Amino acid sequence: MARVLGTSIKRREDPALITGRGKYTDDLKAEGMAHAAIVRSPYAHARIRGIDTSAAEALPGVLAVLTARDVAAAGIPGVVPVGWLLPDLVTPAHPMIAADTVRHVGDAVAVVVAEDRYLARDAADRVAVDYEPLDAVADVVAALEDGAPAVHEEAPGNVAFDWEIGERESVDAAFASAAHTVELDLRNNRLIPHAIEPRAVLASYDSSTGEMTIHMTSQNPHVHRLLMTLASLGMPEHKVRIVAPEVGGGFGSKIHHYADEAIVGLCSMKLDRPVKWTATRTETNLTDAHGRDHSTHCAMALDADGRITGLRVDTAAAMGAYLSTFAPAVPTYLYGTLLSGQYDIPAIHCHVTGVFTHTAPVDAYRGAGRPEATYVVERLMHLAGDATGLGPVEVRRRNFVSPDAFPYQTQVALAYDSGNYGPAMDRALEMIGYDDLKSEQASRRDNGGKQIGIGFSSYIEACGLAPSAVVGSLGAQAGQWESADVRVHPTASVTVYTGSSSHGQGHETTFSQIVADKLGIAPEAVEVIHGDTDLVQFGMGTYGSRSAAVGGSAIVKSVEKIIEKGKKIAAHLLEASAEDLEYEDGNFRVAGSPDRSLGLGDVALQAYLAHNYPDDLEPGLSATSFYDPANFTYPFGTHVCVVEVDTETGSIELLRYAAVDDVGNVINPMIVDGQLHGGLAQGIGQALWENAVYDESGQLVSGSLMDYAVPKIHNLIPFELDRTTTPCPHNPLGVKGVGEAGAIASPAAVVNAVVDALAPFGISHIDMPLTPEKVWRAVNS
Amino acid sequence: MTVSIQLEVNGKPVQAAVEPRRLLVHFLREDLGLTGANIGCETSLCGACTVLLDGNAVKSCTMLAAQADGASVTTIEGLAQNGELHPLQEGFWEKHGLQCGYCTPGMILSANYLLAQNPSPNDEEIREGLKGNICRCTGYHNIVEAVKYAAERMS
Repeated sequence: MARVLGTSIKRREDPALITGRGKYTDDLKAEGMAHAAIVRSPYAHARIRGIDTSAAEALPGVLAVLTARDVAAAGIPGVVPVGWLLPDLVTPAHPMIAADTVRHVGDAVAVVVAEDRYLARDAADRVAVDYEPLDAVADVVAALEDGAPAVHEEAPGNVAFDWEIGERESVDAAFASAAHTVELDLRNNRLIPHAIEPRAVLASYDSSTGEMTIHMTSQNPHVHRLLMTLASLGMPEHKVRIVAPEVGGGFGSKIHHYADEAIVGLCSMKLDRPVKWTATRTETNLTDAHGRDHSTHCAMALDADGRITGLRVDTAAAMGAYLSTFAPAVPTYLYGTLLSGQYDIPAIHCHVTGVFTHTAPVDAYRGAGRPEATYVVERLMHLAGDATGLGPVEVRRRNFVSPDAFPYQTQVALAYDSGNYGPAMDRALEMIGYDDLKSEQASRRDNGGKQIGIGFSSYIEACGLAPSAVVGSLGAQAGQWESADVRVHPTASVTVYTGSSSHGQGHETTFSQIVADKLGIAPEAVEVIHGDTDLVQFGMGTYGSRSAAVGGSAIVKSVEKIIEKGKKIAAHLLEASAEDLEYEDGNFRVAGSPDRSLGLGDVALQAYLAHNYPDDLEPGLSATSFYDPANFTYPFGTHVCVVEVDTETGSIELLRYAAVDDVGNVINPMIVDGQLHGGLAQGIGQALWENAVYDESGQLVSGSLMDYAVPKIHNLIPFELDRTTTPCPHNPLGVKGVGEAGAIASPAAVVNAVVDALAPFGISHIDMPLTPEKVWRAVNS
Repeated sequence: MTVSIQLEVNGKPVQAAVEPRRLLVHFLREDLGLTGANIGCETSLCGACTVLLDGNAVKSCTMLAAQADGASVTTIEGLAQNGELHPLQEGFWEKHGLQCGYCTPGMILSANYLLAQNPSPNDEEIREGLKGNICRCTGYHNIVEAVKYAAERMS
């Protein structure tokens, strides 16, 4: 039968979505459903002197107005916890509803429930909150200055944690004897995820059973259930069912447990009615965890031959007002550990300070730590190419980890399992026509006018979040595996229950291809169920480019168990020894006797009928597996961006973007390319347009699509993609993960290209986003 | 207070009494159960709520239901005819022009308007024509391919 792995099968998810029949959370209705609207702080920092809810309550159709007092009266834990602990992490409480102090614009202070969506908003506007405004600090550097307003009393100096990795002394020694050094102060701009579907929840409590069903915009329903029940609502975990229906994008923002979803759950419990809440765009932008927001000083030492001898990185990473679900892991385990890039660097030291600010929390956003690390390394490599005179290509080649050096132990804990970096660079140069571009650049430099620049980014990422043993050895108080329950039905069709929950990635299509390939059946015979805590026993969800590598591997493990059991049943039926049986193309065969075989259907039927069955086997043909990866996977590649810069106006035009990625074996090339396209758009968006700006008083200035520039179709260009294939050696599919690669690689490629174009002006760095104004100012200063 | 409206939605006559402030998108989604048009920004910027109003692509999140009185509205639910997908729907499926699907109904209806104005647009014209619709998943690469596919099928 034709291979299904590596084939661009059209997505089974699409028919519902292209006809408007897909059901997202806000599309759902429940009998007796009421609507919630949340009253939010307009101040970044203020004391609440009092809340008057009477005018809201007086409005006909208003069912309830709840404040922190009602949370306390409910006798529930009432907090939003951080789910990933570092050693010595300061963990101030994050109340579901602020009681006496608000700490960012958008902090919840009350909730109104009414019969109708419009009425709920009307009533929310009638809740009068008496605030005493306090000084606020929104900027990550300003928050560390002496005398900065304190976000939490428990965190002196606004420090949430102090974390380091690598050896400071060996790095100091490398710098002391360096032939060349380059250094950079950079900001990694704060981003707002902007899933086009805002966060939403429909909570339905049933007092007759004490059970609550919550439909919500979730990338990981089981993680949400755990945090929601344990820390927020205090309900028994088994009494809560969380379902993620169609989810309209996430990019990290729908991993985290937020106050709002818990507040709506409380409303449903109080009223014993279903309650729905859907964020407006501004609400979701004020409260979704943001991404990035680093201030970094970094420096690289090289010897006379242009080989890197040391790397020093010091980063202040904004955490926002409260520690979000995975927040402490992002600028530490997913950042400091990635700083060796594709290079053999003998000495690395990284120090990170986690900083509280009066802003929305910062947590994982597409790439989560790895784009920030790549940006540091690849910006320095660009400068190193200039300082050594080797140029951007040769300085990278000279420092690539050699293909025969794998597994390669970095100086920042990670051990790269595999890699072959040269061919991706070769292919990228070939695709882009590097030599011709260099000639074109030279002639433009001679003639003046619009300048062109060529920027490289040779990135590495660590995917498959997060091998428990690896992160455990670094002190993390968490680790992550994935589960898969594969059930073969009596008629040989199959249902897969996976803990990996899709929100646009096409899991149903991809996972059906895995099972179809391993069992030798048609993909159409495989159903994939995800995103429901009552159907799936436990799962970690979808983020960190983990679904294929971890979730897919769990499925393979279960299929292998099914084949082993099937062999025993077939051996019994065929009066052969199980050791002599082979499984191929949907048939159990006795080796060497091709006429003695049974189809999967024959064996599956007998497994359930159990009329003629081995004595030592239980009936049924299903298997459950929990797969905890041995290591991260390490996708890599080289991206090349070509830009044209108008030095008169500062405007930048993207001319070409070529990406050569090695994501290991590919299950569905169409879906993999689509993931790369989307990641590239977000990374290019970060480099050129996107910026979450807070003013000095802590107001989010770019809180809507009027002023936060998500890339539009006419801003972008067609992407030129190719692949090399170095399979992951430690998972059964040889896959690595692709969801974040584009967003990780591209910011550095774009900025390097612009800086390259402006080299004749003596410009070596401009902070993202590279707006025409900033470029113009740099050219004219 | 309510106002009476009469309009045609996906070819069928509809009569209703709505609050004057009721947005067209809420009328379609909540009163008529046509949840294909999605709300992404409430400010006319993302285009997820796009529907056709007398053949024009409009953003139903910033239009009152009362303003649609007497109009003919087509939503994504009304695009397939006799069980046959519209070429644009086929194109988005065939070319992987969607991932999470949230922007897709609006994107398809805007593309429908574009092709009605310009049946064989080049890449640049497609990108110009769809700049009122934001997709955060696809990077737009395959959306351009999907629209080209549909244009060819329809020519």
